[in-house]
Amino acid sequence: MRGDAGADATVPAAAVSARNVSKNYGEVEALRDLSLDFPRGQLTSLLGPSGCGKTTLLKIIAGLLEPTAGEVEVNGRPVTGPGPDRSFVFQDFALLPWASVLRNVAFGLELRGVAMSEREAIAEKYIRNVGLAGFEKSYPHELSGGMRQRVGLARALAVDSEVLLMDEPFSAVDEQTRRKFQEDLLGLVAGENKTFLFVTHSIEEAVYVSDQVAILLPRPSRVSEVIRPRGLRTKNVDDIRRDPEYLDIVDRIWASLRSYVE
Amino acid sequence: MSRSLFLKLLSGIIVFGAWEIAGRIPVSYAFPTFFESMAALGVMTIDGSLLEAYVDTLRPLVIGLLISAFIGIALGLWVGLTRWFDWLVSPIFIVMQAAPLAALIPLLVMVYGIGLTSKVFVVCIMAMPVIVLNTAGAVRNTPTNLKEMGYSFLGNERDIILKIVVPAASPIIFSGLRLGTSAGFIGAILSELKITPTGIGDIITYSRSIADYPSMYAAIFSIMVLAVLFLNLLERIERYLFAGNVRGYATD
Repeated sequence: MRGDAGADATVPAAAVSARNVSKNYGEVEALRDLSLDFPRGQLTSLLGPSGCGKTTLLKIIAGLLEPTAGEVEVNGRPVTGPGPDRSFVFQDFALLPWASVLRNVAFGLELRGVAMSEREAIAEKYIRNVGLAGFEKSYPHELSGGMRQRVGLARALAVDSEVLLMDEPFSAVDEQTRRKFQEDLLGLVAGENKTFLFVTHSIEEAVYVSDQVAILLPRPSRVSEVIRPRGLRTKNVDDIRRDPEYLDIVDRIWASLRSYVE
Repeated sequence: MSRSLFLKLLSGIIVFGAWEIAGRIPVSYAFPTFFESMAALGVMTIDGSLLEAYVDTLRPLVIGLLISAFIGIALGLWVGLTRWFDWLVSPIFIVMQAAPLAALIPLLVMVYGIGLTSKVFVVCIMAMPVIVLNTAGAVRNTPTNLKEMGYSFLGNERDIILKIVVPAASPIIFSGLRLGTSAGFIGAILSELKITPTGIGDIITYSRSIADYPSMYAAIFSIMVLAVLFLNLLERIERYLFAGNVRGYATD
């Protein structure tokens, strides 16, 4: 733990930790010796300018990429590949265009060999939870961007993993939908006992939804700072954006990022 | 829908009307009118000679197309999934696609005789390359994010291929099948004209030799109609298998 988080005694134990992770793509150094803890039951955002390796780190944690050096542990067990303890929400939704909403949401369970009737019952429940009841038979191309991402979210929730990895999940939806998503996400973090890892390039979004914001900087990629907002989680969702602490943190993060923006 | 039906009828009337007028001028002694051709088609349908001819023509065509479809898609999957197999196999099909088939027919006849085998070969040579190359290309270009999604939700290699790679490639595989089917029809008729006159090829050759041009055009017309029906059938199969992939076709 780094930054001002180290002094905070109320931080829960880490559900996911990255230890000295490096990743090179040939000559290009995407990550260098990166260490970071993700507290259980909380939402940690990875925030940084493009090219700082946020998505690379998330995919290493997901087990989709192998680190060049270092390792990632989930619940104390080293990650060697994708596992049932993690599920992924994709930036571009990654829905099967030939499959109905119902089959898409149930697809994670289908790949785990859950029987048809059981997985469809579970999927229907999560489709209702994300507010898509009535669209079970629709195909992705018949849905709006926001609705597609709700399908992606329902699919990730349906497998009931402890850790949710979200790769810029709201960047491809419009502003109003994004705000609604952010509010819903706060409800989700409070209601489900899951650990959320959230990649974003929006400072406001990161501060709004996070228990902990890790700021990543490029060249070489590293965690420059970990910020834990203290009072925001107890606030009403409508008041967060007016809170002095929210505004201060947004300013502070912008101050440290601005020199890296071309 | 009714508008598109109207436009289809209109385009039919224009084409067949032009045919009728051209036949009446006449542009050539050997060019019958639309109605004469349709009358000849009716006669051949009723006396059973058309049906008999199609039994002969369809045999190498259907066998050749089934072989091309199954082996072609299987090879295409393999080529698309393995780099070294791609290098080994792709050039063969690229050469096959580019080769002038008519020039190869004497060679085929020398090796396989004038029977069914040679005709099936001609259909396969016409139909298979485009099926293999389309399938391979589509498989190679499976969206990475869908594969990553499959792996992250714990799919094994088999799941990824059957539930993601193949369905994702299906629009291009099916377009390969449609092109392959059209090419297969060309191959079937070509083999009947170049190897031994049987079936529809026989009707075309024979009625030309006795100057029965309406029958000749009726046979040509019927094979075109059949090819279109075949393509429609393929589209129905695709629509049934991968409903969400299909966003409409010209032959709707």
